[in-house]
Amino acid sequence: METLKKEVQEIKAVKSVKISGAEAVIRCLLEEGSTLAYGYPGGAIMPVYDELYKYRAQFHHVLSRHEQGAIHSAQGFARVTGNVGVVFATSGPGATNLVTGIADAQIDSTPLICITGQVGSHLLGSDAFQETDIIGISTPVTKWNYQITKASEIPEVFAKAFYIAKSGRPGPVLIDITKDAQFGELDFLYNKCIKVRSYKAIPTLNIEKVKEAATLINQAKKPFIVFGQGVILGSAENEFKNFMEKTGIPSACTGLGLSALETDHPLHVGMVGMHGNYAPNVLTNQCDVLIAIGMRFDDRVTGNLNTYAKQAKIIHFEIDPAEVDKNVKTDVAVLGTVKESLVEIMQFVNKGDHSEWMKEFHKLYEIEKETVINDQLYPTKEGLTMSEVLAEINKETKGEAVIVSDVGQHQMIAWRYAKFTKTRSNVTSGGLGTMGFALPAAIGAKMGAPEREVIAIIGDGGYQMTIQELGTILQTKAAVKIVVLNNSFLGMVRQWQELFFDRRYASTVMTNPDFVKIAEGYSIEANRVSKRKDLAAAIKKMTDSKEAYFLEVVIEPESNVFPMIPTGASVSDIRLS
Amino acid sequence: MEEKKNYTVSVYTENNIGILNRLSAIFLKRHINIESMTVSESEIDHVHRFTFVVIVPETLIRKVVLQLEKQIEVIGAFFHTEEEIIYHETALFKISSEHLYDENIQNKLKFRRAHIIAITERYFVIEASGLKEDIDNMYQKLKPFGLLQFVRSGRIAISRPRMAISEVLKEITP
Repeated sequence: METLKKEVQEIKAVKSVKISGAEAVIRCLLEEGSTLAYGYPGGAIMPVYDELYKYRAQFHHVLSRHEQGAIHSAQGFARVTGNVGVVFATSGPGATNLVTGIADAQIDSTPLICITGQVGSHLLGSDAFQETDIIGISTPVTKWNYQITKASEIPEVFAKAFYIAKSGRPGPVLIDITKDAQFGELDFLYNKCIKVRSYKAIPTLNIEKVKEAATLINQAKKPFIVFGQGVILGSAENEFKNFMEKTGIPSACTGLGLSALETDHPLHVGMVGMHGNYAPNVLTNQCDVLIAIGMRFDDRVTGNLNTYAKQAKIIHFEIDPAEVDKNVKTDVAVLGTVKESLVEIMQFVNKGDHSEWMKEFHKLYEIEKETVINDQLYPTKEGLTMSEVLAEINKETKGEAVIVSDVGQHQMIAWRYAKFTKTRSNVTSGGLGTMGFALPAAIGAKMGAPEREVIAIIGDGGYQMTIQELGTILQTKAAVKIVVLNNSFLGMVRQWQELFFDRRYASTVMTNPDFVKIAEGYSIEANRVSKRKDLAAAIKKMTDSKEAYFLEVVIEPESNVFPMIPTGASVSDIRLS
Repeated sequence: MEEKKNYTVSVYTENNIGILNRLSAIFLKRHINIESMTVSESEIDHVHRFTFVVIVPETLIRKVVLQLEKQIEVIGAFFHTEEEIIYHETALFKISSEHLYDENIQNKLKFRRAHIIAITERYFVIEASGLKEDIDNMYQKLKPFGLLQFVRSGRIAISRPRMAISEVLKEITP
């Protein structure tokens, strides 16, 4: 393999030592500063688990209740810390159970190292017990993957894997290790990888493009910023804020861009996309320069591409060359890290004031407030709305909590109504839309940020997809707060059935168990609330708790999330009802 | 609808297991049929070269090449139109010996880059090389004699414009 290793200086004097491949795996993780992994043991990964036992004082392994739970926990950990999440699974079903999480991490650019056991190399291809071609299966959804068949390969492959997972646009890497490679011996010497010759992690910044972008921005009368997760992944929150404040440009986030900028910042005009805010969606089609920062023009953001910001010049700040012109044709692409690009552009952009243009946003916000938000936050109907719950959580946490959301109506409500004051606070499955993500991801988020309040917002459908992870909470005492917004429906699908399928509620009605009893069965303090008058106290009791806590909120069954851009419609045709 | 064209895609990669899978997955994900494919060593030691032929619109091939290039073990990826390359394909035709002295066959061989490379009592083998159309032509002409076997190679192609792969390597090689 053509990799460049970090210069070995004094370490050179240290002699290499003979250890097993399995031990080398743990040593590699420790060398990379990783001391926590999630996983599930099984035959083909047992040598590694044996070493985990021996290293238990230095390395913490969390036993999940399903490999999908393990990988979502690792994702939650990676999302709040920015560090690489690590997962172990055995061969065959253990490995295939990771696939959903790998695909999720790939599309949401989450750095992961997935380590799977594999049958002995002499058995490869023989359809041995629990043999599966996880390299073949995971190839389309990994940033890189590799099968190790010799113990001696382990240090170099792990060094390369960590480098690839976290550099450039991050992503998941899978390492498959045959059982004989785990048992085999090697001379262990670890050198961190700093370069892979066939891989350019960060494109070279072209200062001319920065100047071109600055010229467009300086000339713009109605500029508009859309920022995404790239700001967070590139740790460019401050640089972004400086740029935005200097130029005075109204800025909206994508779903994954949430929390990169505090919600209450006067230039923050909300969220774009299918269930985003009215003003930024409508005004996307009125701005004269659209500045996309660390986002990828997902179809849920753009709606119909043929009518997306056609009047505007498009500037795209992006780290991944394959994202430029993929969905939206740009006028100026600034390739490189968002951080570096935004530092450079500061010398070329003028101090700006766009308060007249900003008024347009405020005007449309008032319309959204009157037609949607007030109804949600101060409903006249008896049934509780999801938005009220979020508002109450905001009040109790002052926007300082990590909000982990699952997928569906409650997720859209969480994105719309949760207030954020700190970055890396919105943990959610964006691109893949993986129901079942939130409960295990919240466990990982809590372990990654133990000092922070971590609140999982989950629907009654998604909750039951990974409900077994309550067992992980029981065993690890991870103090996550679980809020299930129960409308006894698969709400988002039901909403679509109501709007586009003449209310034929095919398989969206849920007969649910007693969630409180289930939580109590796992020794988790639990409560249920269904009346408005009890909501505030219930939320307060939950946030006051120092331990894991479960709260079920019974929600009005047939309420819809608005605004909404119907599939195929233009962003400016967003519906308010 | 944007017009579809023949594009020859050249991909320089490290010589590792599984790269073919990774590259073909990119075509598969976008529902693109691969018309032909050749893998070989390249002008650079330890660097392999994939040559794909696909029929797609230009906007799509641009995106596909960026996705190919994004793969960790891909050093560089390029696409060219038919006019921008010099290419060749080879085919082998196995025909029953009874036609060996048939004048029609002898005539076919005269004016083309085709010749007999093996003769046995039961059959003989013609090798032909050239552009895709040359092989297609030859195939049509020989088919009436009854082909016992027919096989053709993927395209191999050299680009007229420079593919700055050495520069890429220099830039990213330690």
